[in-house]
Amino acid sequence: MLRALLDKLAPSFEKGGKYQKMYPLYEAVDTGLYSPPSVTNNTAHVRDGIDLKRIMITVWMCTFPAMFFGMYNIGLQANLALEAGTGTAIEDWRMVLIHLLGGSAHNAASIWDNIVFGAAYFLPVYAVTFIVGGFWEVLFATVRKHEVNEGFFVTSVLFALILPASIPLWQVALGITFGVVIGKEIFGGTGKNFLNPALTGRAFLFFAYPAEISGDSVWTAVDGFSGATALSNAYEGGVAQIEASGISWMDAFLGTIQGSMGETSTLAILLGGAVLLVMGIASWRIVLGVFLGMVATSLLFNGIGSDTNPLFALPWYWHLVLGGFAFGMIFMATDPVSASMTNTGKFIFGALIGLMVVMIRVVNPAFPEGMMLAILFANLFSPLIDHFVVQANIKRRIARVSQ
Amino acid sequence: MSAIKTALTDPLFNKNPIALQILGICSALAVTTSLQVTLVMCIAVIAVVAFSNVGVSIIRNHIPNNIRIIVQMIIIASLVIVVDQILKAYAYETSKQLSVFVGLIITNCIVMGRAEAYAMKNGPVPSFFDGIGNGLGYSIVLIVVASIRELFGAGKLLGYEILPLVQDGGWYQTNGMLLLPPSAFFIIGLFIWALRSWKTDQVEAADFKIQPNTVNSGGH
Repeated sequence: MLRALLDKLAPSFEKGGKYQKMYPLYEAVDTGLYSPPSVTNNTAHVRDGIDLKRIMITVWMCTFPAMFFGMYNIGLQANLALEAGTGTAIEDWRMVLIHLLGGSAHNAASIWDNIVFGAAYFLPVYAVTFIVGGFWEVLFATVRKHEVNEGFFVTSVLFALILPASIPLWQVALGITFGVVIGKEIFGGTGKNFLNPALTGRAFLFFAYPAEISGDSVWTAVDGFSGATALSNAYEGGVAQIEASGISWMDAFLGTIQGSMGETSTLAILLGGAVLLVMGIASWRIVLGVFLGMVATSLLFNGIGSDTNPLFALPWYWHLVLGGFAFGMIFMATDPVSASMTNTGKFIFGALIGLMVVMIRVVNPAFPEGMMLAILFANLFSPLIDHFVVQANIKRRIARVSQ
Repeated sequence: MSAIKTALTDPLFNKNPIALQILGICSALAVTTSLQVTLVMCIAVIAVVAFSNVGVSIIRNHIPNNIRIIVQMIIIASLVIVVDQILKAYAYETSKQLSVFVGLIITNCIVMGRAEAYAMKNGPVPSFFDGIGNGLGYSIVLIVVASIRELFGAGKLLGYEILPLVQDGGWYQTNGMLLLPPSAFFIIGLFIWALRSWKTDQVEAADFKIQPNTVNSGGH
């Protein structure tokens, strides 16, 4: 019945129809509900029914563990701060929403209270991301006559998850605008961007409004709360200082620490990441490259040692669970468009990220967290890496032939 | 007369030195954080381009071809030193803010480019107006960039507060990104985008075309 309705509507959206300018919207709804009518008919052969739409939806669903845990954690952190009296509740429309949903008690022990509190902060951010980003996406699709793509589902959820809970909504709108327009659409849209759009948007906010997002103080959704992030603590006094502030390795692994909305729980991220890796959507080469690069670099710094900078001694398993490392490794570095394409290149690309993230964290005093900048940096290098891998392969094979 | 008019107006939008020829980008990044400094820089560049064009044009038939770059350089460098000295004498504060960038007008590709491309082939009068025109074309882009950067980066224009800041009880939160040099890249890029949407003949040919591979996209 739905099919019949869509087919009936089709002529008015196709060329010459009444709403031909809105065709991308129709196309998005149509192919979102049914498999696309266009089929490959030249030399490409379908090996598996997996297409861009299914890949993107899978990635989107794989962020759910991190997303739900993130919501719980926002509430947990805020309610803990309220109970401890280190902050006062912000009485705004969000609080009204929380009360309506029965999350009024500010009881950090109640999972429901925490999730409701977190949802009241996460969902508006996500909604703004989706509406504003979707507006640009559709606008460009209409003017440039390309399709509205499911890739935006992924960009929007990733962008929302790497923001702090306390971010003003107008900054969210500005960030996603920059990410979608400058990071993706001006290069031709999905598949032609050389930077990760979600990270481009966040980088814009990071440099434009450092007070809200720079990551050297924490972002709990209550008034008057301040404190250092685990990474700033590590910068001050290494592992000892992190543990002195009440965070054990297990806390950081499970994610009950301060941080951006979706990045705190390494466990939840790895859960979604496992699905992506098993399905072959996220490249295991990149993930392994990032991980090994990080381990090697942190071991190197451990070996060098430093009397003045305690971060030199931070072991790799702490680097893994702090900040945005896990989230970036699983969801950001593996973006198939902005990463390297060749298999060898993927290892190098990943290792470059692992190297840079530890470098920025340890030896650059200006930025406590380096994952975003490391990935963007490696994005810029990925075409070059591919070029050298391809050239090396050509050289090797020529040498073999000419023997 | 129309030749002079073309020399003067063409570089504004049709052949803008920054937007079409992508010259002189370095100073556009460096001096555009505040409008006042930018205006001084613009005047300095207009003066140098105009008079170096005149100077080169007057002696163009006497310059030995194989050392012409050196001769042009000497004329440009002398003018830049004069401009620098005048700024130091009459606008000391601004010249301190401009620091090395006045001196770096010597290496501004626009000055050299116009001397080489126009003044070597034309008489002093059209060369003078070509210099003014190109200086103005450069200035238009710089003033647009500087206005955006100062207005949204600091909430001010020419030092006067336009958007009341949050810190002073207003509503506008400054955008720190715009005070960093890379933001000028984005603004110049967007300026070029707008200009080329208006004057479509400036759009460059695509490097490659993606082949259609389905019936719907036009393949087979």
